Amino acid sequence: MASPGAKKQKADERAKYQRLAASIVPKPPLVRNMVVAFVVGGLICTVGQGVINAFMSRGMTQDEATAPTLATMILIGSVLTGLSAYHHIGEFAGAGAAIPITGFANTIVAAAMDFKREGYILGMGAKMFIIAGPVLVYGILSGVLVALIRWLYRG
Amino acid sequence: MTTKRVGGSTIVYSTPPVIVSAATVAGPKESEGQMAQWFDELVPDDMFGERTPEKAERRFMEDAIKIALGSARVLPEQVNMIFAGDLLNQIITSSFTAEGFGIPFVGLYGACSTMAQSLTMASAMVDGGYADLALAVTSSHYQTAERQFRYPIELNIMRKSTSQYTVTGAGAALVGRSGGKVKVTEATIGKVIDMGIKDPNQMGPAMAPAAADTIFAHLADTGRDPGYYDIILTGDLGRVGAEILRQLMAEKGVPLGDNYSDAGILMFEGVRGTGVGGSGCACSALITYGFILKRMCQNEISRALVVATGALMSPISWQQGESIPCIANAVVLET
Repeated sequence: MASPGAKKQKADERAKYQRLAASIVPKPPLVRNMVVAFVVGGLICTVGQGVINAFMSRGMTQDEATAPTLATMILIGSVLTGLSAYHHIGEFAGAGAAIPITGFANTIVAAAMDFKREGYILGMGAKMFIIAGPVLVYGILSGVLVALIRWLYRG
Repeated sequence: MTTKRVGGSTIVYSTPPVIVSAATVAGPKESEGQMAQWFDELVPDDMFGERTPEKAERRFMEDAIKIALGSARVLPEQVNMIFAGDLLNQIITSSFTAEGFGIPFVGLYGACSTMAQSLTMASAMVDGGYADLALAVTSSHYQTAERQFRYPIELNIMRKSTSQYTVTGAGAALVGRSGGKVKVTEATIGKVIDMGIKDPNQMGPAMAPAAADTIFAHLADTGRDPGYYDIILTGDLGRVGAEILRQLMAEKGVPLGDNYSDAGILMFEGVRGTGVGGSGCACSALITYGFILKRMCQNEISRALVVATGALMSPISWQQGESIPCIANAVVLET
């Protein structure tokens, strides 16, 4: 195979090419993306605030209203995904659509819809958390770690 | 014995086979573009009335074969072999479709370069006398490719500035000894080239060096310059990859002129939501067997160099952090 000299030459060629490619690849429109993500993400959160206010106006406390509000937002995200609408919002707004809980619902429903064709057990059941899985694993893990630190501090 | 090769990697068919008939079947988004006028069948439903996109892709391929055989008035029994490939694991579209026709089958995998790869092989079999009629077929489907290589269809994902859109459709060419206007005269088989691009959203930049290598090898083998061809078409580099290819060829001292275009760019010109252009096996197949072949039959162009480009990674290889090896295969079509 290649001698050390040839290897070095190949690495140099690759580095040179990657610089050329990077100079031609268009830069993502960061300012546009951030503004759109802020506005769309903010709108979704405003809807969430409206929902929680509605629950509280029916006499719930803020603590009581949190769970039904989350469930409502998950329902909205799931239904929009099922209607093939949510990915358009995601394509337009990026993180603005991905970060709120509606985006989290979208990752699960989108995977469930896709893998349903391989059956309810090996397909949907096994793979609906293929995107959301890491969020759950590391979300729960960091929750436990933070709780542990707090417990060590405060006893 | 007469040699049927020039230079290191170019096949010269001694009795150039002809494309007896060809067929293109295009999906809904492909039907929106300016290229739609050149396709034989436009399918408004990308699911083709089927339950799964994988079945739908097979319907596209099946129709392409049926139309190609029908317009040549050839029965499946008269075809000696079929060379086919697609993007799915174990190339299920090709093998499942071939089962329905009962034609001896050779499955190929060249990712999106399969169009040129299959046409090269079919032509070699006909020229070599091993087949009287051979089919070269390929297909791709937006939904099956997304599922295979990327994410679920309904996932909220923002396209990157270099993202391409997989073409839904299929193309088939029936190659024979006589009875067609367009000849397959030469083919240049590409080397696998990996310049270290790791981002699967950068197919164009990953494949451009392979295209440059094959075009350069072809021109060196044959002693020609790019101006010899009425059109030089790359398969699916997209706008970004095509621009990089122009730079690479200029650096090598053989700049590409106005006769250069990319099938991915042509496919989706003016179609919204398709990133920097089309990709997939069907991209080069639809443009070559539709746009180029039909214009050759109408005497608008007489020499075409089709360079189908393919990225040979798998979801496993890129998840393991490997860069993307790529290939480009070229075929020469002449009237």
